[in-house]
Amino acid sequence: MMQRKRTTPEDSASTIRTVPYDLLREVAIAMVACLVLVVVLAAALSSPDVPSVTIQSWAQADPVDFTTTAANELAGSTTSAGYGAPYNSTDAGQTLGPIAPSKWAGVRQPVDGANDFVINPLKHASVGDSELTAALSGFQAASDAQKTAWLTAYAKALGDAKVQDGKVVVASGDYGAVPVLMDRLLTVARSGGLDGLLLSSGHFYQTDFTKPLLFMADGSYLAGLAAAQHLSGSQWGMMNETGQYPGQSWLWLYTVWYQIPPFNTAPNGDLLVIILMGVLTLGLLLVPFIPGLRDIPRLVPIYRLIWRRYYREEARP
Amino acid sequence: MKQTPAPGRMGERSSSWTARARGEVAQRLPIENLLPDRQPYYVGSWVYVFGVVTIAALVLTVLSGVILALAGPDWWHISAAGRFFNSLHFWSVQVFFVFMVLHLWGQYFMASWRGGRAATWMIGVVIFAISIAAAFTGYLSQQNFASQWIAVSAKDALNAAGLGAFFNVLNFGQMYGIHVVLLPAAIIVLVALHILWVRMKGVVRPIESSRPATRSTPEKV
Repeated sequence: MMQRKRTTPEDSASTIRTVPYDLLREVAIAMVACLVLVVVLAAALSSPDVPSVTIQSWAQADPVDFTTTAANELAGSTTSAGYGAPYNSTDAGQTLGPIAPSKWAGVRQPVDGANDFVINPLKHASVGDSELTAALSGFQAASDAQKTAWLTAYAKALGDAKVQDGKVVVASGDYGAVPVLMDRLLTVARSGGLDGLLLSSGHFYQTDFTKPLLFMADGSYLAGLAAAQHLSGSQWGMMNETGQYPGQSWLWLYTVWYQIPPFNTAPNGDLLVIILMGVLTLGLLLVPFIPGLRDIPRLVPIYRLIWRRYYREEARP
Repeated sequence: MKQTPAPGRMGERSSSWTARARGEVAQRLPIENLLPDRQPYYVGSWVYVFGVVTIAALVLTVLSGVILALAGPDWWHISAAGRFFNSLHFWSVQVFFVFMVLHLWGQYFMASWRGGRAATWMIGVVIFAISIAAAFTGYLSQQNFASQWIAVSAKDALNAAGLGAFFNVLNFGQMYGIHVVLLPAAIIVLVALHILWVRMKGVVRPIESSRPATRSTPEKV
């Protein structure tokens, strides 16, 4: 049967046969089909929602890890303490030759672990607590060498610490004011008070969780929970989701680099991955202009499957 | 008052910006191309469905997201109805990405940038990149364990790139604002532009066709 011809952008040369088509009906059918699919999936499978970890739940579940992390914050030996920009200037950040984006951006979210996570919250908690007030004064008045000696000895003792009635107990030793500070911080944390104190920044409304998240990330409790949920970096974590739910699977190309050298061994691995992904994304954007990449579709006969009706008709004499 | 000639009448050029814009639109995108009721006969593969399903999933994602935003970020954690709408949002996003990736691969193997369609391809790639950022900020806005872990994991790459100083994944307020306003708005605008470009240029013709060119534009970009 002869088809009626009409000019479209596809056949301005008036040589290509057109067939009836209903754009709006196609959109409507797609909407309904998609809605049904999504409603069925939502009703049958729900969505993942593993509750967040709080400083309180961390301190209650693993008081030794909490206390060890807090002592390390005082000693300045945590990951965040030696991170560099944007939190502090203790490290140059990741670089590649002269390329140092982290350093160029500078310190824009200043974090001082010892004061922000331990000393300042304890100052708030010391009201009416003369023993804590004295311990804070004693610790802050001590020399750096003395503080280091106390904290080193205390950190070593924490290796054999025991938990009794929610308190962390270590062997007797010369730890100065550190045990009192750690005991009070743990008590405040277990009560939930430290969650609020770490968010406090002098005004009522808070939405910035930089400090509590950095503090938790300095410990091993959060990472342990993530590993149990197959979310660690070495477990393709960024593209996974808690439970059996699909995660950000579209990040597979980003995540894959973290599984192989040199990206998972180099100290500047993150920067290498970012640069590589930037180049790949630019390549995808410019495919139409890149010889070789733009020619692959001609070499792979998938197009013959897609337009099989066209090629079948064209092959007819 | 000075009379403004109608656009295109007798071939003269109007001095009215509005009339000239209308004439330009009418020439570049006549209504029968914007809302076509006929297509070339070779447009008959399932590949052509991927794009429209992606748009359908985007519509559902936006609608479910609007409801979640109206009720506030805590709602879905404490309410069965909220959890259901969050599930709709979650699965809409999954369907959106599945079909967007299928659409992207389909268009790649059709070399759909031919015939002056490079801009359509490039807008599509930008939509894909922004969608990844939108989904990422969505995961950061969930206010649950996954959000916490994704935030502390992702900060290192962003900080290494110098972006973390301005795009702080540990700042819920910043991520939530970006997720519910800026990125969806960018996606919607770019998708509209993408569709307009598709309708303006028409669907690409088959590779190695022996038929005459569909437009005056040569097959090369």
